[in-house]
Amino acid sequence: MQYMLLFTETEADFAKREDPAEAPAYWAAWNAYCKLAGESGAMVSGAALQPASTATTVRIRDGKQTVHDGPFAESKELAAGFFILDLPDLDAAIEWAAKCPAAASSSVEIRPVLPKG
Amino acid sequence: MLPDHEIGAALDQVFRQSRPRLLAFLAARAGGDLTAAEDALSDAFAAALDQWSHSGIPRQPEAWLISVAKRRLIDAQRRGATRLAAMDRLSQALEAASAVVDAPGEIPDERLKLFFVCAHPAIDPAVRAPLILQTILGLEAQQIAGLFLLTPAAMSQRLVRAKTKIRVAAIPFAVPPKEELAGRLDAVLDALYAAFTLSVDQGASSLAQEVTWLTQILVHLLPHEPETLGLLALMLFVTSRAPARRSPDGRFISLPDQDPRLWDDALASSAEALLFRAARGKQPGRYQLEAAIQAVHAARRRTGRIEWDAICALYAQLTALTASVGARVAWALALLEAGHHASSERLLRSLDAALLRDHQPYWAACARIQEALGQSSEALAAYRRAASLAVDPATKQWLEDRARRLEKEVP
Repeated sequence: MQYMLLFTETEADFAKREDPAEAPAYWAAWNAYCKLAGESGAMVSGAALQPASTATTVRIRDGKQTVHDGPFAESKELAAGFFILDLPDLDAAIEWAAKCPAAASSSVEIRPVLPKG
Repeated sequence: MLPDHEIGAALDQVFRQSRPRLLAFLAARAGGDLTAAEDALSDAFAAALDQWSHSGIPRQPEAWLISVAKRRLIDAQRRGATRLAAMDRLSQALEAASAVVDAPGEIPDERLKLFFVCAHPAIDPAVRAPLILQTILGLEAQQIAGLFLLTPAAMSQRLVRAKTKIRVAAIPFAVPPKEELAGRLDAVLDALYAAFTLSVDQGASSLAQEVTWLTQILVHLLPHEPETLGLLALMLFVTSRAPARRSPDGRFISLPDQDPRLWDDALASSAEALLFRAARGKQPGRYQLEAAIQAVHAARRRTGRIEWDAICALYAQLTALTASVGARVAWALALLEAGHHASSERLLRSLDAALLRDHQPYWAACARIQEALGQSSEALAAYRRAASLAVDPATKQWLEDRARRLEKEVP
């Protein structure tokens, strides 16, 4: 059973990436988490994302394409990365989500992956 | 050939006694597809009604029902009519199941897993109690809808959504590990208590009985959990007072005004024994404290008086443990009864009135306390507000009567 863990972060979290005082602890936490996932054998794939300030949103309405700067929804919690994990059940996915650094400051959404038909 | 009513009675008996066990067994092995398991079990009960009248009741009715239900699950899978996602897993699981079923003896008891699935933290808290009533008791969405003040269509929709989530997100059919058990059990107990209080408030006594029966099953499955014992004790205390709660002409009688000779002494004694057993665990919790408060009231049948100070002390402990505003409202009332008028008023004023705008017990408590403090016009308004929010006709009547009596005093 595959689950996507969608990590979100706040603006303040993203800012830590560049802050000399905060960056080492920020990256250490993520690296430890990724290492744990990688070694668990559950990891299918995953990626971290550039900050939401680099996002571009595209929509087509009445055949007309609009492109705008920024993420698709106004929110304090912004997509920051994801894992696809192969796990036995939702409880295992909740356990992985709870270990993620983003869970303490923002949130993690768990979604079962649609099986390939 | 047996007469239909005998078969019907035998089936009713099996349905009531065995349904939770059979469904838990099937669902755990049907890839978590509660809907498919329920459909297969309904088919098996229908087949039993038909066949048992010809061939008699089998020696092991549960095994008979399981093997028919299992065939229905496999048939549904072959027809492609079932919405099971994990077909391979299902076939393997069903093979394992048939090995158990074909072997003589007991069907493993997996009802506990079903309770934990229905009250899983990933399930919307508002749908946990309905889900337990539907899957474990086998009630129809229509019967449950009224209790939760929803239309049958809306209730069905929520139940379908929850069952789909259980299947698609693979919520495990498992008893939580020891270190998580207490926290997860709270959600199960909260769901059972919600179903119980709604049943009592709406005068649905047979439903309240069914919920009590489910709690008894839970006590049987987890005999050493103090909070489960506490909840069952609480339910039995409340049920023991049912004969005294209404006057012969159907009027509501508040607890301190009830005639203790009308209480069911045997039920109250069982509740006391359960609470005593719970206390030996030395892990106080919300339901044990609530039951202890009821035990103080129940003691009136022997002592003739209510120890309000003991009740206040229990509420102090209870409110330190839970955020429940209902408990704070009840505490304020107990302080009033104990003669601590100033503390009672202070506590009531500390509550967030905006949050309690539609909370009937809050307005009833405000009215009682303001009346006792001589604030007649505020009390009158509060009685009217409480009456407008009351669902139970007898409670509504009682509140309106108090309001009418007060009207004469307000200039």
